[in-house]
Amino acid sequence: MEASLERREHYLNVSYGIKSWLLTTDHKRIALLYLATITLFFFVGGAFAVLMRLELITPKGDLVSAETYNKLFTMHGVMMIFFFLSPSVPATLGNFLVPMMIGARDLAFPRINLLSWYVFIFGGVLGLGAAAMGGVDTGWTFYTPYSSTYSNSAVVLTAVGAFFAGFSSILTGLNFIVTIHKMRAPGLQWFRLPLFIWAHYATSLIMILGTPVVAIAIVLVALERLFRIGIFDPNLGGDPVLFQHLFWFYSHPAVYIMILPAMGVISEIVACFSRRRVFGYRFVAFASLSIAVIGFLVWGHHMFVSGQSIYAGMVFSFLSFLVAVPSAVKVFNWMATMYKGAISYHTPMLYAFGFLGLFTVGGLTGLFLATLAVDVHVHDTYFIVAHFHYIMVGGTVMAYMGGIHFWWPKITGRLYPEAWGRFSALIVFLGFNLTFFPQFLLGYLGMPRRYHAYPEEFQVLNVMSSAGASILGIGYLIPMIYLIWSMRYGKPAGDNPWRATGLEWQTSSPPPTENFEETPLVTAPPYAYAKEEEEATVVH
Amino acid sequence: MWTDFPLFPERASTIAGGVDRLYFFLVAVGALFSIAIFITIFVFALRYRRRHEDQAAVPFHGSTTLEIVWSVIPLLITMVMFGWGASLYFQNSRAPDGAIEIYVVAKQWMWKLQHPEGAREINELHVPVGRPVRLIMTSQDVIHSFYIPAFRIKNDVLPNRFTTAWFEATKTGRYHLFCAEYCGTQHSGMGGSVVVMEPAEYEQWLSGGPVGESLAVAGERLFRRLGCTNCHSPETKGRTRGPLLGGLFGKPVPLLDGRIVTADEAYLRESILNPRAKVVAGYAPEMPTFQGQVTEENLVELIAYIKSLRR
Repeated sequence: MEASLERREHYLNVSYGIKSWLLTTDHKRIALLYLATITLFFFVGGAFAVLMRLELITPKGDLVSAETYNKLFTMHGVMMIFFFLSPSVPATLGNFLVPMMIGARDLAFPRINLLSWYVFIFGGVLGLGAAAMGGVDTGWTFYTPYSSTYSNSAVVLTAVGAFFAGFSSILTGLNFIVTIHKMRAPGLQWFRLPLFIWAHYATSLIMILGTPVVAIAIVLVALERLFRIGIFDPNLGGDPVLFQHLFWFYSHPAVYIMILPAMGVISEIVACFSRRRVFGYRFVAFASLSIAVIGFLVWGHHMFVSGQSIYAGMVFSFLSFLVAVPSAVKVFNWMATMYKGAISYHTPMLYAFGFLGLFTVGGLTGLFLATLAVDVHVHDTYFIVAHFHYIMVGGTVMAYMGGIHFWWPKITGRLYPEAWGRFSALIVFLGFNLTFFPQFLLGYLGMPRRYHAYPEEFQVLNVMSSAGASILGIGYLIPMIYLIWSMRYGKPAGDNPWRATGLEWQTSSPPPTENFEETPLVTAPPYAYAKEEEEATVVH
Repeated sequence: MWTDFPLFPERASTIAGGVDRLYFFLVAVGALFSIAIFITIFVFALRYRRRHEDQAAVPFHGSTTLEIVWSVIPLLITMVMFGWGASLYFQNSRAPDGAIEIYVVAKQWMWKLQHPEGAREINELHVPVGRPVRLIMTSQDVIHSFYIPAFRIKNDVLPNRFTTAWFEATKTGRYHLFCAEYCGTQHSGMGGSVVVMEPAEYEQWLSGGPVGESLAVAGERLFRRLGCTNCHSPETKGRTRGPLLGGLFGKPVPLLDGRIVTADEAYLRESILNPRAKVVAGYAPEMPTFQGQVTEENLVELIAYIKSLRR
């Protein structure tokens, strides 16, 4: 088997050399380019978090200056949101798998796909350059008029970096939508698509509809900063709250850009490791779309105490509760998928278990924030910090890690060491909870976020959080090491080690450049895990 | 570090109890659902674990009934949360009549607090227990947020605009005052405390401090100095070039364009800084702007003066 892996031509050995990678239009290679880049940004963003948690061990601001601390949390947010979480699942797994799952040779526009990576790299270089030039201290939210007038840091450079990262996601979204519409294999009707594809379709809609708005907001901030054109600064006749509307009109849906693809990953993993078709397939698919649509109508819940009218607050609160329902529906369907399944505890499934638990907590605490009278108290405290880390790290990053392990044999043709995988999934889960659960308590106690120094009574919970962060950091370093190790020394995986359904598993591992030797013909719905799938009945 | 280790915030205002009750309801629902989900996942994972490699699952595809049940139940529960949260928010947003009005001017990185009687404080607010206090807030620079966790109140403080908040303290003591909206380098240092005192003690504090003139008196002096008297009269009757200010505050004002607005703090503020935005019916739009000639604190004084002309 070892020999055949080397002899057979596939996308990794078809050509060698740096040029063959930097000029590739193969979606699989571009996925790996993205994987390498965002891993770098993840560890840069993580390093900023480590310094923040070290500072917060003591109540006094003694490790770094207030100015440095403010730059640390800003750069942490910018790196993680714009350069890691937003591209995480779609640009790596999505890029690799969307064409393979629909039986296509590549994305619809392979060169635009490569362009999106270069645009992303350009944005990333600006972002890192801004960090190197002293950093930026506005918070990743760039609230005006602080960002447009008062801050003395590299605001424009960072904002332009984020602008380019956003532009690259528009290109990716466009590519996915056209590909999913036009390039499905014969017989692959919409309701035969894997839920991973539905999730990416919904995500792509948000990318192309929402991202231009934040791009506009960023440009306006830059115009005001550079040319003193009054848009947000009241001294120039502007309105600072306008910025918040523009910013959250994109940035709330952006949360769904980050979580929907992760939900797609979870659907695939739970089905495969329970050997069951995803329960309520159509409901899960439509839940993705309804999250994408309603997600555009809830931005005002970030602004309940911003001076927005109380009636607007009520409408946004109502709509925010509505968006909770399709998320709950998904969780229930994944649980039902496990019912009477044949569940195995491989690493991807452990991450999926982690996702289900943490996403549940993140989702339920989101209800606290949608509840007007309670949000007044917990808004801008550590409660919200804990909540969105449960969604973004407990949800998205768990699913991302699960997905990377799940498709690693397909991507590299080799297996990762299973025992290490399970061990680090457990470490991540424990470290995560120790880091972020105490922050819910801190938040209700009233500790505001973005505080460099804090009153002494908050110290115990902060020390717990910092201790958890160190465990979490180790949990992320271990996979980094064994995954790289496995690329050379891992056992050859075979084409389908998990005996998964799905077109991507029907071809060899690693796949040939053209993905399939001949175009597959699809005759049945996805997830045909049960042996007598045709005889399966729909229970009413 | 280990001696003082609270897990729940102090409850020291009339609204805190209601907010906490709703919070406990949310915690109960959240705990119930998450524990139920965790146990189900755990039980399924154990009970349906794969015992041999080729084990097949029981095929079972979906159930419309179940989907409806688990959509409608969460929907109903969230609607209870919505209704309860919104009605409490609505009640909490209106200050009771007869509140002490304190002006808050925020700037990087301090809170300036002005009592109607003239006492001024920085980063420390003295208030009596058992009396509603209404805060009329504005910022001199960026957006800040006035937050007193023990009272469960928070509201952003915006430049060039008034926002309001109110509370009625129920327990004497000293409580944290935080800035909750990130505002620059010393954001975490922009705090202080609220000192809640017995009413008698408060009176003593008010009279004991360095007594400045009251806001309204300072405002009147400014009103004359800026020449406002040339066109505006503090009377309720008579004909002057500009609208009469006596008894104006809180009344509906008919505008030139047919709209009717209420003469609140925001209206007065706008009319001083941008007089042509809302011109009163029957008057010519000829008042000059005072933008740049008055500071935030001047505005507070002028408005306090106009408010004092209640007849």
